[in-house]
Amino acid sequence: MSDIKGEYGLFIDYEYCSGCNACLTACKMEHNMPESDFGIRIFQDGPCQSSDGSWHYDYLPMPTDLCDLCADRVAAGKLPTCVHHCQNAAMVYGKVEDLAARAKAAQKDKIVIYVR
Amino acid sequence: MSDEMNDREAFEEAAFARSNTLVQITEADDQIGDSVRERGIAYGVDYNNHYNFDKYPFKARYKEGDLDATRTVMWSGPGCHQSCGIIFYTDKDGRLVKTEGDPNNPYTAGRLCMRCLELPQMVNNPRRLTHPVKRVGERGEGKWERISWDEAYDMIIENVHRIQRDYGPESIVSMIGTGRNVSQAIAHNQYANFGGADLTLCFLSGDSCMLPRTALCYVIMGNQWVSDFSQFRSKRYELDPEYEIPEVAVIWGTNPMINNSDAFQGHWIIEAMKRGTKVITIDPQLTWIGARSEKWLRVRPGTDAALALGFMNVIINEDLYDHEFVEKWTYGFEALAERVQEYPPSKVAEITWIPEEEIVAAARMYAAAKPATIHWGLAVDMSKNGVITAHALACLVGITGNIDVPGGNVLIDQAASLEFGYNSGIWELEGTNMVENRLGVKRYPLKQYGFTASSQADSILQAVETEQPHPVKMLWIESANPIANMGQDAPRLYRALKTLDFVVVEDLFITPTAVAFADLVLPCAMSPERDCLRVWFDPLRTLTKACSDYGECKSDETIMIELGHRIHPEAWPEHVVDDRSYMNWRLERDGVVDEDGSPMTMETVEEKYHGMWYHHYNYRKYEKGMLRPDGQVGFMTPTGRYELYCTLFASFGDDPLPYYQEPPTSPVSTPELAEKYPLILTTGKRSYEFFHSEWRQPETISRQIHPDPMFDIHPDTAAEYGIADGEWVWIENQMGKMRQRARLNPSLDPRVVSTEHGWWFPEQEPAEPSLFGVFDCNPNNLIPQCENGSNGYGAPIKCGMCTVYKCTPENSKPEDQPSYQVCTTGYTHGQTHTTDKPSFYDGWTPDYEPEGFFDIDEYWKTHERMAPNPIDLDDPAAHKYRY
Repeated sequence: MSDIKGEYGLFIDYEYCSGCNACLTACKMEHNMPESDFGIRIFQDGPCQSSDGSWHYDYLPMPTDLCDLCADRVAAGKLPTCVHHCQNAAMVYGKVEDLAARAKAAQKDKIVIYVR
Repeated sequence: MSDEMNDREAFEEAAFARSNTLVQITEADDQIGDSVRERGIAYGVDYNNHYNFDKYPFKARYKEGDLDATRTVMWSGPGCHQSCGIIFYTDKDGRLVKTEGDPNNPYTAGRLCMRCLELPQMVNNPRRLTHPVKRVGERGEGKWERISWDEAYDMIIENVHRIQRDYGPESIVSMIGTGRNVSQAIAHNQYANFGGADLTLCFLSGDSCMLPRTALCYVIMGNQWVSDFSQFRSKRYELDPEYEIPEVAVIWGTNPMINNSDAFQGHWIIEAMKRGTKVITIDPQLTWIGARSEKWLRVRPGTDAALALGFMNVIINEDLYDHEFVEKWTYGFEALAERVQEYPPSKVAEITWIPEEEIVAAARMYAAAKPATIHWGLAVDMSKNGVITAHALACLVGITGNIDVPGGNVLIDQAASLEFGYNSGIWELEGTNMVENRLGVKRYPLKQYGFTASSQADSILQAVETEQPHPVKMLWIESANPIANMGQDAPRLYRALKTLDFVVVEDLFITPTAVAFADLVLPCAMSPERDCLRVWFDPLRTLTKACSDYGECKSDETIMIELGHRIHPEAWPEHVVDDRSYMNWRLERDGVVDEDGSPMTMETVEEKYHGMWYHHYNYRKYEKGMLRPDGQVGFMTPTGRYELYCTLFASFGDDPLPYYQEPPTSPVSTPELAEKYPLILTTGKRSYEFFHSEWRQPETISRQIHPDPMFDIHPDTAAEYGIADGEWVWIENQMGKMRQRARLNPSLDPRVVSTEHGWWFPEQEPAEPSLFGVFDCNPNNLIPQCENGSNGYGAPIKCGMCTVYKCTPENSKPEDQPSYQVCTTGYTHGQTHTTDKPSFYDGWTPDYEPEGFFDIDEYWKTHERMAPNPIDLDDPAAHKYRY
C-alpha cells in the first residue's frame, strides 16, 4: 500500500457476491467503527424480472470514503479483512494493473475494480 | 415387519457396525487440513487470494503482537449448525477482542460469516447474563435475585428430588433449541442427573427440523444421506482424486447461502458452480442462488411431494432412470412406477403452480446428469407430511442411482463412532423402560419401531396440558426460546408453560422464555469459553477454549458435571470435573482410538490433527458390505435394499409408497376458509444477520443493519391491499395475528407472503405485558400445534393461510399488540379459539364454532386491564428499533 492514489485496488467478481455482509462486518470490526460508519457497503439489485422474462438478483459491494484498503493489515503482511473473509472468495486485493490483467483474463462479465 | 427390524439389539448392532466402517484410518495426510496450506489458496480457486501463511501458523495457540491467538472452530452458543474455522484473538485478561477466519481450515478456508466476525459484540454484550438468578416476583414480572452456584444447585436438587418422589422421573423433561453444541449435555444431564428419558427440540411441532428426513432415511436406507461437496475429506474438490463435481445440483426448499443448515456450508455449492455445476432451485421465491440457476421452479409452499412424484413420472415414463442401480439395489420399483402414474406433469402443475413444461424440463435435466445431487432443506420437514415428502425425494434420488457416489447423495454417520448427540449418556437408563415410554413414542409406530432420537414435542405439550399419559412438572430448557422461535401456537405454549411446577432456563441472556416461566436462570458460557468436541459428521473437531471465564458463566458440560457430582455421584467418575476431562472421558469410554491404537484425546486431535481429525471417507459402501452388521452387501433394511416401497410402513398399515396430500388449510382443502384468509403464509425466511432468535441485541451489527422484522409480499398484492413498501402490516388468520414490515418482492407468486421468525426485542421492557414484545411479530401465533402427520413427524409450519391489512393508529393501540393480549388474556386478536383440541384445524368449516370461542372484547368487560406497555406511534425515534 502506498500513499499515492490509483496504485492499489479491489477486484470484485460480483457474479459471486451473495450479499452476506461478511466484508461489511469484518471492516466495521477491524476498524472499530461506530454504528453510523461503514468502510464498505453492499447494494442490492433485484430480485426483479426484465421484459424478456429473465430474472435478476445481484449484490454489489462498494468501498466508502472510510476505506483505506486496510493499510495497517497490509503493512503487517495480511490481506484486507473484507478480502480475507469474503464468503465466496469474490474479492481480490492488488495492484491496479494486475487486477486489470486478471479481469481481462477472466473472460467474463460482472467484474468491477475499485481504485483507491 | 421382519423380526430383524423388530429387534432393538439388532438395530443397535447395526448402528455400531455402520459407525465402525468410518473409523478406518489411512495415510496421515488424509487426516489433517494441509491441502489449503500446500496450495496457499483457499480451495484452489483461480481468482482467490493468497493468504500469507507466515502470519497464520498451523498451531492451536500462538502470539500475534500483544494478542493471544487460538486457532479452533466455533460452534454455538451463540451460533449455527456449522463449525467454521476461526481464530479467536484475546487480550492479556483473556477477553475476546476480535476474530478472523482460519485460512488453514479445509472446511471454510479462511472465510467467516458476519455473525462470527461480530462475535465480540455478543461475548462482551452488556446485556449478557453473568451469574445465576432466581425469580423473586411472580412469573412474568422479571424480578430476579442474584444467587451463588451452590444455591442454584441446591435449589435444583431439592426440586428434582421432590418431583421425582411425587410424580416420578418421567415428569421431568429437558429441552434444547435446534440441534447444536448442547445436544450431548442436555441428553447426558437428563439421563444421568434427572433419571428421565424425555427430551426434545423445544416444542417444535412434529419435530419438524431434520428429524422427519432423518427418520425416513433410516427406515428406507438404514442410514442418512447428505449432498456431497467433498466436505468429508480434507482435500477438496479436484484435489481429491476420487471426488467428482456434480453435473447438476438441485437445491430443494432451502436457501443454503444464508442458512448453512445441518452441517452444510452453502458456499460449497458456489465453489462447485465455479467448476461447472449447474443448479436447479426449487423455492417459492427467487433466492440469490436461484437467480444463478439454470432453472428456478416457483413451487407452491407445501406441495413438494407432488413435485417429486411428478419428476418421477417423467423419469420413469421416459425411461430416464438408472436401470442398473434400480435392479441391483432397490426394492419396490414396479409399485413406485405404478404410483407415479397418478401424478402426470399436467396434474402436478395444477397442484404446485409450476408450469408443466418447466417440471418436465427440470426432471429431464436432473435425470440426465451424472452425478447429480439433491440438497434438501427444512421445507421438506415443515409440512404435515414431512416424512412422506422426504420419501418422495429419497425415491427420486434412488431411481437416478445417485446414492453414495462421489458428487451425489452420500451416506454419513457421526465421526469416530462417538455417540455425542441425543443418546449421550443413554446407558444410564439401561434396565429401565424409560426410553420406550418416552412421550409420544407409543402413539407412533415409526417412532416405536423405526427411528427416534427424542420424545415427540406435541405429545409433551399435551402431557403438560392434560397430565396424560402422565404429568409433566419440571422443564429444563437449555439454550432454547420456545415462545420467541421454536414452538408453534406460541400463545398456547404461554398458557401451558405457566402451569408448570419448576422451570429452569440455561441461556446466554435473559430471554422472554426466562421471564415468562423460569424459576431459576443459569448463565451459559459461549463457544470461545468452552472446550468441546464435535462429531456431527466427519471430521471430528475440537473446540479449544480461548477466553477466560466470563463473569460466573459456566459451560453446559460443567453445569452438568457439577450438578451430577452433587445429585447422582455414581454416574460421574471423580476425575471428570470440567469440559476437557469430560471430553477425554467420553473418548475413552466410547473406545475411540488413534491410528496406532492408542486412546484418542482432545490434545491429540488438537496437536496431531490440527483440530480436524478426518477419517477416510468411503463411497459406495453398499457395494462393499460396509452398511450391515452381517458384512453383507446392501443396505441396513429388512430387504437389504434401498426401499422405494417401505416395508416398515406397510407392516404398520401406513402407505408404503410416497403420495401427496394437501396442506390442512389451503385454497384446495379449505376453500371457504380461503375466502377469508386467501393468501398462502410461508414462514421462517432467513437472513444473514440472525440465527433463529439470536443476535437480536441492538449492540450487534446484525440488529443495526436489520432492525425490524420484514415480510415479503408481491407488489400487486400489496397494492391490492393498500400496502406500501416498508409499512407495518397486520398478518392474521383463524388462529392469531402478528405484525411485520412489508418488503415488496416481485419474485413471489402474488398469492404467497413470506415472513421472518424469531423476533423479540431485547431493548423493550422485559416484564409482562411486554415480555420483550415477543408475540408482536411472531408467525407462530398463526400456526397450530398437534397437527402432525400420521407418523408423528411433520407440521404445516411453512404452508398456512392468512390475510394482511395495514397497521393504523386505530388498530394498533397498545392493547391491540399481541404481546399485551397474550400476557393479559392468553390469546391474541379478537375472536380466536380457546379449545386446545387439534380438531380445530382439521375440522374447520364455515359453520364451525369451536367450543368456547374467545372474544377478547367481552373478556375485557369483566377483567381489569393491566397497564399497557408505552408505545408512541407518532414518535418511532423516541424508542429506537421499537414500533
